[in-house]
Amino acid sequence: MIPLSWYLILSAALVCIGVFGVISRRNAIAMLLGVELILNAVNINLLAFWRYKDVSSVTGQVFTIMVITAAAAEVAVGLAIFIAVYRNRRSIVAEDVAELKG
Amino acid sequence: MILDQVIFLVTAVVVLAAAVLVVSVPKMIHAALWLILALAGVAVLFVLLQAGFFAVVQVIVYIGAIAVLVIFAVMLTRKAMVDDGPQLNRYSVMAGAVSLMMFAALSGMLLSWDGANALPANPAVHPDTIVNLGESLTNPQGFLLPFEVASILLLAALVGAIFIGREQRAGREEE
Amino acid sequence: MAAETLLWLIPLPPLAAFILITLVTNKNKTLSHGLAIAGAASSWVMSLIVFIQAITRPNLAENPISSSINWLPTGETALRIGVQLDNLSAVVLFFVAWTILMIFIYSVGYHNYGQPAGERDVPGLPPRGAEIKDAHGHTHRVPSVEPMYSRFFGFLSLFAFAMYLLVVCDNLLLLYTGWEIMGLCSYLLIGFWYGKDSAKKAAMKAFMTTRIGDVFMLLGIVFLYTQAGTLNYREIFGNAELMRTLTTTPAGFLGLSQAAGIGLLLFIGTVGKSAQFPLHVWLPDAMEGPTPVSAMIHAATMVSAGVYLAIRIFPLLTAGWEPGGALTPAMMVVGAVGAFTALFAATIAVAQNDIKRVLAFSTISQLGYMIAAIGIGAYTAAIFHLVTHAFFKALLFLGSGSVIHGMEHGVMHSGEHVDAQDMLNMGGLRKKMPVTFWTFLIGGLALSGFPIITAGFWSKDEILAGAYHGGQMAIFITLALAALLTAFYTMRQITLTFFGQPRTEAAAHAHETPWTMTVPLIVLSVFAISVGWSGIPEHFPLIGGLIPNWCETFTGAMLGHEGEAAAFSAVPLLVSIVVSLGGLTLGWLAYRKVKIAVDPLKQALGGLHTVLQRKYFVDEVYNFLFIRPAVWISEVFTSRWMDRVVIDGFLHAIARAFLWLGKIVRHGFDVPVVNAGGDALAAGIRKGGAALSPMQSGRVQQYMVVTITVVMVFSAILFAILKLV
Repeated sequence: MIPLSWYLILSAALVCIGVFGVISRRNAIAMLLGVELILNAVNINLLAFWRYKDVSSVTGQVFTIMVITAAAAEVAVGLAIFIAVYRNRRSIVAEDVAELKG
Repeated sequence: MILDQVIFLVTAVVVLAAAVLVVSVPKMIHAALWLILALAGVAVLFVLLQAGFFAVVQVIVYIGAIAVLVIFAVMLTRKAMVDDGPQLNRYSVMAGAVSLMMFAALSGMLLSWDGANALPANPAVHPDTIVNLGESLTNPQGFLLPFEVASILLLAALVGAIFIGREQRAGREEE
Repeated sequence: MAAETLLWLIPLPPLAAFILITLVTNKNKTLSHGLAIAGAASSWVMSLIVFIQAITRPNLAENPISSSINWLPTGETALRIGVQLDNLSAVVLFFVAWTILMIFIYSVGYHNYGQPAGERDVPGLPPRGAEIKDAHGHTHRVPSVEPMYSRFFGFLSLFAFAMYLLVVCDNLLLLYTGWEIMGLCSYLLIGFWYGKDSAKKAAMKAFMTTRIGDVFMLLGIVFLYTQAGTLNYREIFGNAELMRTLTTTPAGFLGLSQAAGIGLLLFIGTVGKSAQFPLHVWLPDAMEGPTPVSAMIHAATMVSAGVYLAIRIFPLLTAGWEPGGALTPAMMVVGAVGAFTALFAATIAVAQNDIKRVLAFSTISQLGYMIAAIGIGAYTAAIFHLVTHAFFKALLFLGSGSVIHGMEHGVMHSGEHVDAQDMLNMGGLRKKMPVTFWTFLIGGLALSGFPIITAGFWSKDEILAGAYHGGQMAIFITLALAALLTAFYTMRQITLTFFGQPRTEAAAHAHETPWTMTVPLIVLSVFAISVGWSGIPEHFPLIGGLIPNWCETFTGAMLGHEGEAAAFSAVPLLVSIVVSLGGLTLGWLAYRKVKIAVDPLKQALGGLHTVLQRKYFVDEVYNFLFIRPAVWISEVFTSRWMDRVVIDGFLHAIARAFLWLGKIVRHGFDVPVVNAGGDALAAGIRKGGAALSPMQSGRVQQYMVVTITVVMVFSAILFAILKLV
């Protein structure tokens, strides 16, 4: 039997790798890939808790569906934004978009 | 069973390795492909968790739609690819330290929690997952509202993505 | 209308005239003099009505015509003021009303009403004449109308109001009020021609000198009020109990009884107002004012007010005296002052050349007579002389004004610049100004006491008789000598002015004055003759007893007791006739041959004449003793030292100290601390902002790193806390 802690540590590791990816990659699309990793880790966490704690309830599943939905929407919009920015500036480097500097 | 554990470990290793590669390979198309592998591994994990529906959803939505979308974006921004130059920005050291610390903290916290060593609940009791899920999603006393809101979110994302992504030459007079 | 109501109304028409002239009719000469004369005439009519009612009322002394109202509430009781007409004030009211009206009418002509305005006339200086062209094209200089015509009538009306108020009131407070208003008016009128330096000085002198007297008078009034609790005449003098207390209680100063002390304090007011020695110095200088003013103030009304007061307080002065007995100390002081002044002023008058100055000193002398009469207890004689003197002195002053006018006309006609008032420049005016001559002669004879026909004889004789019969030989002899000198200088005056030949061209060309000036002279001369016949003593040989001695009985009733008729003695009568006729003859003899403008007496007396002419140098002595130190105190001590050095210095020092303090605060605290602090704060914030600014790089990934780091740190802290708890 797989103890819950294995799943939890796995998802923790995945989250950390995802965070690292978001923060430290120059390419904007690579940031998005990092975000996907984080969201997947979250899904793993949710379903693990659903399975191990209260299988009869449906809350964990619904939450997971919401996360997947949100991830999809966010990727779509995010990529649209990146492409618009790319068209404008010919650059896909996240650091170059520093309009809020001040 | 020990079989579960073995499968789990193998899958875990694959996922983590793929994830590391996602965040470290210089070429973006390689990163996208490694992401697909990671997502597949996560789908296997879902099966292990006896959430078969979600494994299928994972494959269809994540791998089938999102990863493909990412590949499209990579393709569209090929000219600006900085695959040759440095991939990591100035915060990478700090980010690495922070992630490691985060991992240490999270693991420490989780392992110190005595519920962590729980075993899965009795499988014979759990009901038909999908039917329950479907019923609750459409039940006003259940999760109908979040369901509907999620639909609106998707709609907004849809419209927004189209609007942001349109060609500027087509004229901006249409608001 | 009841007599009481009329009494209240008597002072009001002149007051109304004053107010209206000052505020409304100032520019219009005709309206102004019309209002003034209407006011004086209404008061005259009312006074005569009341006078007639008074003399026909039986027992006037016990129940005078009176009316009073509550005026000032003082706790339970109230200070009452009101009017009262008893025997004394009825007689005084009679002559006051007549003389005021005559003087008002006279002033119209005196100020040349109807003449053209002079081209060089300025308000503040006497008019200098106007040039007119007649039908032949010759230019003549004629007298011009006074520029400040209305102002004169306004002030004169105020004066009349004050005098009427003083006469009809029934208490010392109102009397004092009228007294002070008259003092003000005399200042305003003596200084009427305010452009002349001499007039300004004279006005100031008059006011200051009478003020000295008034201060003591006020002390007397206050003293009386504290002892008696009232200032009403009847409540004081009619209250035998109170009079006894006042007579027997010592006053606390000079060993006098309270009645004597109060009486003397009040008497000092009279000394000032009636120009007795030593406060006589203002009256000669007061001749700077126009002649009607001199007549009004110094003959008819103001100086008479002083004597009126002295007569009013007769019970206080004579407290403790029995008729025929020894004089009380207060009476001795009064008598001495009066007699001395009479002789003193008479000697000075002998050496004066200005026609008005002679009359001024003559007034002082005659007032001395009246005061002396009070001093020896001759109550009715004093009142009698007061009345007759008012008439003939007013007559003489108005006559002198007429003479001066005639002389000024002559000056303008002849073109020579002589002093129109100097008697040595006159002469032979009886042919040129007959009406003035005859009336002046009647007045002069009355003043000298010409027997039988003039009023002055009867009143002077009364006083001399009173002195003789009272056994006051010193006073008798002094007064007799003064009478001799009076007759002498009066005849000197008449001879120099009217007899002989004109000594200057101006005198040769003088002519008579208009009817507005001569008619009052005639009216007054009638009184100067006839008033005396109301007081013929019963024991007089031949004609005594033919006409009842109305004056004696009427005024004597005020004393409350039947004054015994003095046994007749021929001595005072003979003395009086001798000095009068003798003085007149001597005067005529000495001066009838004067051809040039030199006084023969000057050669005869030499240095003594200079002393007399310079009025015994009293003014110079006062100047040295009082005026110069006072001026020094005010100019040097108070103004220069105290005010500028001490007070101003102190204020400047405070100002400097505060300026210095302000500078310190500004440079020590405000600039370095407050300003610099504010600036440093702003700069610090700007620097802080600039320092913090790089934190916002605009790079999202940096924000994320920071966020995660901070969250981790907080979580760690929180976790540690929870673990510990």
